[in-house]
Amino acid sequence: MNFAEIRIPRASFFLFAGLLAAFFLSLAIGSAPVPVLGGLFDWLIGQPGLPALVMGEIRLPRALLALSVGAALGLSGAALQGLLRNPLADPSLTGASQGAALGAASVFYFGVLPGLGVFAPLLAGLAGAALALLLTLWLAGSGRPALLLLAGLAIASLSGAALAAVLNFAPNPFAMQELVFWLLGSVSERGMAHLVFLLPALVIGGALIWRQRPLLAALSLGEQVTASLGLDVRRGGRIVVLGAAMLVGSAVATAGNIGFVGLIAPHLARPLAQNRPDRLLIPAAAIGATLVLLADIVARLMPPGREIRLGVLTALIGAPLFIRLIWKMRREWL
Amino acid sequence: MALIEVKNLTLKDRLDSVSFSVEPGEMLAVIGPNGAGKSSLLQSLAGLLPASGDIFLSGIPLRGIKPNERARQLGFLPQFCDSAWALAVEEIVALGRLPWRDRDPEALRQAMRETGIEGMARKSINQLSGGEQARVWLARVLAGTPQVFLADEPIASLDLYYQGKIMDILRQHASGARSVILAIHDLALAARYCDRFCLLKQGRIHAFGSPETVLTEAALSDAFGVPIHVDLAHSPPIILPA
Repeated sequence: MNFAEIRIPRASFFLFAGLLAAFFLSLAIGSAPVPVLGGLFDWLIGQPGLPALVMGEIRLPRALLALSVGAALGLSGAALQGLLRNPLADPSLTGASQGAALGAASVFYFGVLPGLGVFAPLLAGLAGAALALLLTLWLAGSGRPALLLLAGLAIASLSGAALAAVLNFAPNPFAMQELVFWLLGSVSERGMAHLVFLLPALVIGGALIWRQRPLLAALSLGEQVTASLGLDVRRGGRIVVLGAAMLVGSAVATAGNIGFVGLIAPHLARPLAQNRPDRLLIPAAAIGATLVLLADIVARLMPPGREIRLGVLTALIGAPLFIRLIWKMRREWL
Repeated sequence: MALIEVKNLTLKDRLDSVSFSVEPGEMLAVIGPNGAGKSSLLQSLAGLLPASGDIFLSGIPLRGIKPNERARQLGFLPQFCDSAWALAVEEIVALGRLPWRDRDPEALRQAMRETGIEGMARKSINQLSGGEQARVWLARVLAGTPQVFLADEPIASLDLYYQGKIMDILRQHASGARSVILAIHDLALAARYCDRFCLLKQGRIHAFGSPETVLTEAALSDAFGVPIHVDLAHSPPIILPA
């Protein structure tokens, strides 16, 4: 066995140990001291009581949501960077996240879907993401991946402009505050039912991307080489964008805008995958999940009354990490 | 039987009913001025451009073959190669196995041995010089064990040492049941290595055949639009603007 073959499992072991630790921590930390395993067990067997209630209704959904949203963002970021052969590609380039934000915003502004209560922003967000995606695919036609992402950027700009208009004409300051707060991102005050909406989109989107691993690997050497290896760049590219948009759209519809995770997670994961874009998917998803779990824990530890939103925290953590990466890359290129 | 047979290959504004065939073991040089259609011809053969006409591989029409199967038979080396990520040499060579959906260690070893890059298997591609990289791109195609190796100007921008190295490797590949078709600008080097020539001018075949029939002062001067001096008897052959 050679050196490289030993190194990969060890790195992924640490990766998943870290993820598991963050998940456990997320279950353990909160305003009330509750035994994690005892509470989970009580909840599973249907034993009533405070520990079961806190675990089953509050902490477990929150931790699972943070995990899913982070994994979705990390995975879609890794896929898009591979597809575009560009380390600066970000999930928001698909237009789906802005579309989801606009869909959710229309709930706060127009009060659409009143019968759905807390699920209204989620469903409207999913609809917005789907609409933005369809517009993007229609605009790009059967174009190359670069054109597809340009189309995504154009639709994202359009959705962003519409969102700004919604903010501009907000009916009252409370609606605007609610909207802005929602957009800043959070995984709190959501239940298992949110996961039921989120999971199918995550599974399908993830599977679509997973099946395009040969395409992502080949694209390292460019579109010409990829086509000469018998792979359909245009069709595969559309599938990757579709998968990424499903992941990002559902993540944003559930938890609002959680910035920088999709951009930074693939960068952190790249050394563990020997820079191979196809091997990057799982580590990037694991790192994305860990980052969002940790950020959510920090958000919880803030003194009560002064809530800091999850999206603000990930951006505050992610941006300096990104600056550090660029600093490192700058030295490598000299 | 011809290994590859091309009939009336046509691509709007680029290729005009190009027909020829290549026998097993042959090395065919596609020559001609810039814009004559050399790259278009190779890319059409590789399935990258939607040219009309028929291509037969050992008598079987390529039209009915799945892209994946076609990629196993025809390996394509583009004129410009790069890697978006700092991949290890070994990983890049392994990408040549994608049409086979495997990582056949023997094929990888063989490709790296033929190109003399075994020693750099673990090195990152961006640590290598241009000449070393050229051998890695070549090894990537060889790893797919193609019947027909299509190379688009594989020696452009290489120094004299690596030009010879790359031509040696391609010549070695064109043996037995396998063939090489390459676009090339260095006519003297081509005269030394290649069995047959396809001289293109404005998307049409201007001359086709052995060095003696194609590499004549009249044919070359006409195709390139400058008087050209040819001395094939000299060793190595001399082909220069007069």
